[in-house]
Amino acid sequence: MIGLIVNPIAGIGGPAGLAGSDGADVQRRAGERGARPRAAERAVAALAVVAASRPDEHVVTAAGPMGEDAVRAAGLRPIVVWHQRSPTSPSDTTDAARALADVGVDLVLFAGGDGTARDVAAGLPASTAALGIPAGVKMYSPAFAVGPSAAGALAAAWLDERALPTAEREVLDVDEEQLRRARVEPRLYGTLRVPYRAGRTQARKAATPADEQAAVRLAARGAATRLRPGIRYLLGPGGTMAEVARELGVEKTPLGVDVVLDGRVVVAGASEQELLAEVAQGPARAVVSIIGGQGFLLGRGNQQLSARVVEAIGDDPVMVVAPEQKLIDLAGRPLLVDTGDAGVDARLAGFAQVVTGPSTTSIYPVHAPEIEGAVHAP
Amino acid sequence: MSLPIAPKPAHRRFHQARWDEPVIFELSTPGERGVLVTAVEPGVRDAVGDVVASLPEGLARRTPPALPEMGQMRVLKHYLRLSQENLGADLNVDVGQGTCTMKYAPKVNEQLITTPKLSAMHPLQDPADAQGALEIIWRTERMLAEISGMDEVSLHTQGGSAAIWANIAMIRAYHEANGEGAQRREVITTIFSHPSNAAAAKAAGYDVITLHPDADGYPDLAALKRALSPRTAAIMVTNPEDTGIYNPAIREWVDAAHAVGALASYDQANANGILGITRARDAGFDVCHFNVHKTFGTPHGSGGPGTGANGVSAALAPFLPGPRVVRDGDRYSVHEGGPQSIGAIGPCHGVVPNIVRAYAWMMALGAEGLRAVAETAVLNNNYLMKRILEIPGASAPYATGRRRIEQVRYSWQELFEETGISSEEIGIRASDFGMHYWTSHHPYVVPQPFTLEPTESYSKAELDEYADVLAEVAREARETPEVVRTAPHSQSVHHTHHDDLDDPERWAITWRAYRRKYPDAVGA
Ligand SMILES: Cc1ncc(COP(=O)(O)O)c(C=O)c1O
Repeated sequence: MIGLIVNPIAGIGGPAGLAGSDGADVQRRAGERGARPRAAERAVAALAVVAASRPDEHVVTAAGPMGEDAVRAAGLRPIVVWHQRSPTSPSDTTDAARALADVGVDLVLFAGGDGTARDVAAGLPASTAALGIPAGVKMYSPAFAVGPSAAGALAAAWLDERALPTAEREVLDVDEEQLRRARVEPRLYGTLRVPYRAGRTQARKAATPADEQAAVRLAARGAATRLRPGIRYLLGPGGTMAEVARELGVEKTPLGVDVVLDGRVVVAGASEQELLAEVAQGPARAVVSIIGGQGFLLGRGNQQLSARVVEAIGDDPVMVVAPEQKLIDLAGRPLLVDTGDAGVDARLAGFAQVVTGPSTTSIYPVHAPEIEGAVHAP
Repeated sequence: MSLPIAPKPAHRRFHQARWDEPVIFELSTPGERGVLVTAVEPGVRDAVGDVVASLPEGLARRTPPALPEMGQMRVLKHYLRLSQENLGADLNVDVGQGTCTMKYAPKVNEQLITTPKLSAMHPLQDPADAQGALEIIWRTERMLAEISGMDEVSLHTQGGSAAIWANIAMIRAYHEANGEGAQRREVITTIFSHPSNAAAAKAAGYDVITLHPDADGYPDLAALKRALSPRTAAIMVTNPEDTGIYNPAIREWVDAAHAVGALASYDQANANGILGITRARDAGFDVCHFNVHKTFGTPHGSGGPGTGANGVSAALAPFLPGPRVVRDGDRYSVHEGGPQSIGAIGPCHGVVPNIVRAYAWMMALGAEGLRAVAETAVLNNNYLMKRILEIPGASAPYATGRRRIEQVRYSWQELFEETGISSEEIGIRASDFGMHYWTSHHPYVVPQPFTLEPTESYSKAELDEYADVLAEVAREARETPEVVRTAPHSQSVHHTHHDDLDDPERWAITWRAYRRKYPDAVGA
């Protein structure tokens, strides 16, 4: 059974040039500039694809503009299980997501942006899958389909095939106050289980990892086999690092940087100061994955691994771990570092040798967007 | 009124046969026979005795094989029906299976290989009685040496991936012979090189480093230089890559590898666009391979038997797989591999019927003909590319705006974003028009990919027909997407479920496994 949540005000600030739609003031100003929320339209476009093949489908949703209206407009049948407060607030989305999961929805479609993804993630149990219909201003989280029709096609496939493989994807959001001041530092807020369609071919010439999670596990195993005794490893945040911790048999804070030495966690959720103190005690290396769809290695979602920490580690400071598909998904865009220190950024720019499995690595370009001339150094 | 003949519509009204034919094991009727084998004559039995009694214990079956029991006519019908339920290379405009070089394999060559002079030969026959077959093998190897510029060639392997395995096995043996086996533990490849290169290197125990393309979509020389080190055993690259892009700096790549003491291995499985134009040895490569069943006019045999050709420089020749055919004056003899040979990868001389077909194909064309093949294949490809890029929603990522060699990996990403219709769905719909279409092999780098390789065999009219079909399906994706989404509508099989193939618990690739895993479906 699928569900739908529309964030009625998602995207309202974008066209109005307000860099996001959070905050009652922004919403009012956007309204004054003639902005119209497009989340509902996008949700209808997605559901229309479902309706084409399953005209009688029921969709579990929230009342009125939070989903019910869009379900009706697409010609499907709403089952309303949540009524929002007035005016709407982020906790509406979170509570609605929880309500949908409570009645047994196994895939929640949500129309909005990063803020909506964040609120949905806060309400959904790990067993419920979610997929974003892109309708927001900011979409750093790789939890969105490429477009409304593609989201609808995935939802239809989910219903036809009674579930699809899912992968754990990060939910990132930036503080919009920062964004409006042109400083972008997305933070990691959690993860969602996002369905995907494996790259299917009619005539396969080679096996592909059956699911994305298996590819993540392979990369994590590659990292685990490369760890050496006596070295402090500063494990960054994210799903891939969680898998590395699983390989090592240690606990991992999902959003924090944890220090592992000889198979044991010595500091969990370390601050920059704590990391500096650890690095001072002996040889160390940061282990990071690619955060979100933008390709950041450092400077987004893991600011604890600061320029000073990287500097203190010394030579070859960072091991990058990611399944090959994450590099491929960058579509040729480089990996990025932005530690805030031009010297450190310049040293990290060039190429990274990314660990993709126990006996495989990939060479991938790293750029430092904040400094000129550090692009693609040999 | 049936005359005059009604004009044909713009798109072929194809309809695939559908026979609902059971699996052959289900057709078995106990006691039915296709051939009644004559009883052994008493004189023969007296002369040889009980041959079965002399079989080693472990080889003798206790129960007869569970073969289907059927009359001849029913067997014939069974396979003819199955043959009607697929889109064979000789039926459709088979340009949609890019990277496979689905060209026309001349039928006259089938006559050559079915002559008893060849088909009745045994591979272990005394070379004195096999001079003609050995001469053809030798001559074919020499022609391939000329085409590649390499010093020696072996036709011993039975497919492209087996030949790639031979390449890395020779490279490994070479480094071991030079005492560098323990030091050189890494093989470098590109993400658009055929994945068998990475797979063979991994199987040979190497760590594999994959390079992504540079900002212009070309193989990234700077990334190569970053990856090369005294640990590098070899670079293993396909060129042109699976995208149809030719590496313009290929000589620098090889030189950079040599500079750190590594070898350079060239996957030229699809050499169709470079015959008579570029040569592996001229770019400095140490080893290379061809897929004879692609470039040299022999059929693919639906996954085999194919034929691989391994070309090597003189320094690598001692490591070639064996046995080898050697010419001595005007006589030909068979030599087992020398002390440094990597040994046999398959039985005997490889797939001799394919070697004879390739020999006949090359002899019919001559050197100028081979070059004309390449020129025509490249021309056809660039013509088709122009037609495809005129279809709204189709694109050719990487090296944008540049020409390609013999194939192109295209993308429907724009169309997908607009309509939600995937490349796979477009391919299934294309089969309703009688066209085969394939997406891409692993890894899926180009989003919503499709790979077209028109070869020299197809006329402009047929390329136009293919492009028209794709344009029509793209139009449907926008205007009547349900027609595409619910396709195929005129095929023998509606949908296959890949999930069953991904799960070892569920797949059943023999009848015995099927009965074991699905006892309820087949009864006791
Ligand atoms: C470039 C390339 N190399 C190697 C191979 C492997 O050849 P085979 O399928 O005969 O093993 C292929 C086949 O698709 C190929 O396209």
